[in-house]
Amino acid sequence: MNGFWEAWRLIITLDADLYEIIFLSLQVTVTAVIIASVIGLPMGAWLAVNRFKFRRYVIAVLNAFMGLPPVVVGLFVYMALSRAGPLGGFGLLFSPAAMIIAQVIIITPLIASISHQTIRDLWAEYHDLLISMNATRGQRIKALLWDGKRALLTATLAGFGRAIGEVGAIMIVGGNIEHATRVLTTAIALETGKGNFAFAMGLGLVLIVLAVLVNVLIHIIGKTERASTW
Amino acid sequence: MKPVFALIVALLASATHAETLRMAVTTSFYNSGLSEVLLPEIKADIGLDVELIVVGTGQAIRLGEAGDVDAILVHARAAEERFIAAGFGSYRREIMYNDFIFVGPLSDPAGVANAQTAVEALQAIATTEAPFVSRGDDSGTNKKELALWALAGSPPEGAWYRAAGAGMGATLNVASGMNAYTFTDRASWLNFGNKGDLKLLFAGDPSLFNQYAFIPVSPARWPHVRNDLALALEGWLTSEKAKGLIDGYTINGAHLFSFNAVTP
Amino acid sequence: MVSILPLTLTDATAHMRGKKLVGPVSLTLAAEGFTMIIGPNGAGKTTLLRLMHGLQRCTKGTVAWAVPNTLARTRQGFVFQSPIMMRRTVVDSLAYPLRLRGMGKAAALKKATSCAANFGLEGLLESWAPMLSGGEKQKLSLARALIIEPDILFLDEPCANLDSRATREIEAILQEVQARGTRLVMSTHDMGQAKRLAQDVVFMLHGGVHEHSQADAFFMAPETREAKQFINGDIVE
Ligand SMILES: Nc1ncnc2c1ncn2[C@@H]1O[C@H](COP(=O)(O)OP(=O)(O)OP(=O)(O)O)[C@@H](O)[C@H]1O
Ligand SMILES: [Mg+2]
Repeated sequence: MNGFWEAWRLIITLDADLYEIIFLSLQVTVTAVIIASVIGLPMGAWLAVNRFKFRRYVIAVLNAFMGLPPVVVGLFVYMALSRAGPLGGFGLLFSPAAMIIAQVIIITPLIASISHQTIRDLWAEYHDLLISMNATRGQRIKALLWDGKRALLTATLAGFGRAIGEVGAIMIVGGNIEHATRVLTTAIALETGKGNFAFAMGLGLVLIVLAVLVNVLIHIIGKTERASTW
Repeated sequence: MKPVFALIVALLASATHAETLRMAVTTSFYNSGLSEVLLPEIKADIGLDVELIVVGTGQAIRLGEAGDVDAILVHARAAEERFIAAGFGSYRREIMYNDFIFVGPLSDPAGVANAQTAVEALQAIATTEAPFVSRGDDSGTNKKELALWALAGSPPEGAWYRAAGAGMGATLNVASGMNAYTFTDRASWLNFGNKGDLKLLFAGDPSLFNQYAFIPVSPARWPHVRNDLALALEGWLTSEKAKGLIDGYTINGAHLFSFNAVTP
Repeated sequence: MVSILPLTLTDATAHMRGKKLVGPVSLTLAAEGFTMIIGPNGAGKTTLLRLMHGLQRCTKGTVAWAVPNTLARTRQGFVFQSPIMMRRTVVDSLAYPLRLRGMGKAAALKKATSCAANFGLEGLLESWAPMLSGGEKQKLSLARALIIEPDILFLDEPCANLDSRATREIEAILQEVQARGTRLVMSTHDMGQAKRLAQDVVFMLHGGVHEHSQADAFFMAPETREAKQFINGDIVE
């Protein structure tokens, strides 16, 4: 188990390469979660509040997209961002931006779908009141997002969990380039490929600890999971 | 949507720094660890940051075709020549070679260790139907293996022949788990950490030499590629300094690569 | 500012999936007064109130205000049979209707604080609204509906589930509100309350307005046999 302790030694000695990887993992995932939330949360609320003809189908498509294999998303983003693809001119392939785009595509349906369920329940509760108060469509969505914020945090954290642990898509579009696009998951895949299971495991535990820390931190900041409120 | 767009633009800006060259290299080259010796020297000597995209030869060539990298460093001659003929690469510059080996179970049920040639080794495995794991991923190593099977006369078929569809490391992991024979480059093997009951059984046949070539992506085909940087890198890779580092590189005392670039 | 009243219902009818819930009802509510809607469970009191307030659409007939509907929508309040509490503190719940109208945050909080005092909620400003007791919730509902100073306030059994002390507190508030010129329309099952508060009474039965008279006349000498039975506490068929 030398490699395993090696991983922890690197953490304790503040190894620059390891912290670079950890920092990039967080940077990419947090950015992706913010973008996906900005898109997904209002989208979920909008779907809960509006009744329109193709609503059922939109929700069905959303739920289906939740199960999309990340590798397929990665391939799709790769094709789009490749120099030979339609968005090749931006030169985004093999950059953190490409990884963020892939993760946004992967987690937006998840965040939208969970927030849709949450908001739908809250809307059933608030419906008469908000109509009675003559709130506009935008004001209704705002109130639902605001008052449902604690439950919506769960949607966001689910998105974070999926994104931070994702490897297939970001491997393809990021390229796992050392000092540029290497993150924890792609580093784990690389070490596993080299047969360095113990070191890969050490990195895996770092990933888990990181995910737990972020969750705890968010709950402390969001003052959720307390007895007096819900 | 505005802040989102701004964020993406900001990231875009931070992602494109100045003197950076992107090169697609094969897993076997990367796993050898040689790049960790060469890249800092390249940075120190000519101030160039080389970003490596580590993939199989098949995908490396496709990245070059799409203009997503500035150069490729691969080892599959026929595919390289097609790549150049199609106008995607400027030319091919041989840099160095290493060799392929056969590894397999300690007990060596097919008697590969006693074979005289690589072809004989494969024939022994086919005859005894001993489990064999192939990469099956269209990589340079995979192409080489299939070429040898063609020479051995019998296309590999049957339950004993497993195509992993994975990189060298993953394939070695499968072989280690199944205690099966496999075909690998020497560097990947030496750096592999999960050998289990596997052992190097056959090496040294000249047909197993593995030539690495550097190919700049054609600036005529893709005007955005950094051909100037590719030329600078080529100059360095074929220099006396590179020769010393490549020939002097060892893993656990074992010599891996032989520099063979022709300097005019 | 001109009042949005009178409110005129002309053959107003509500259906739900082909089944008639209420109507046809024809009724005029003048600018002042206190109308009490009574009747057995399922008679259609809640539905009629929702129809007037615009929470339920007429499937036949019309509900018309003296001013265009978009304006009328902004000058009404509604207190629901079971209080709907937003997941906010008391003071934020009170400020919310003001914020919806574009009032600044500081001004809205200030007005909410003084409004809470009028309703005896001053000690609960920072309490979490869904955690309040039933009586406190009902007071908050009332305060929240009145904070925008509506021309008309609809109340659907606001004192169900309240003890007599809380009931009397609410009644006192309602009488004060009425004295300041707010039109009140309320449903109740409490005959004593109806007698104490009502100026006119709408007696509903089987989805229709069975009898509509001045309160004194209605309680002294109801016109129909069913109304008499209902006042006496007998079962109405
Ligand atoms: N959304 C709905 N869908 C179907 N039926 C409904 C709906 N809302 C009300 N009803 C029916 O309409 C009738 C009138 O209901 P309403 O709630 O108006 O009665 P109510 O007089 O307020 O009764 P209570 O005194 O019990 O509150 C009832 O038979 C009820 O079942
Ligand atoms: Mg009712």
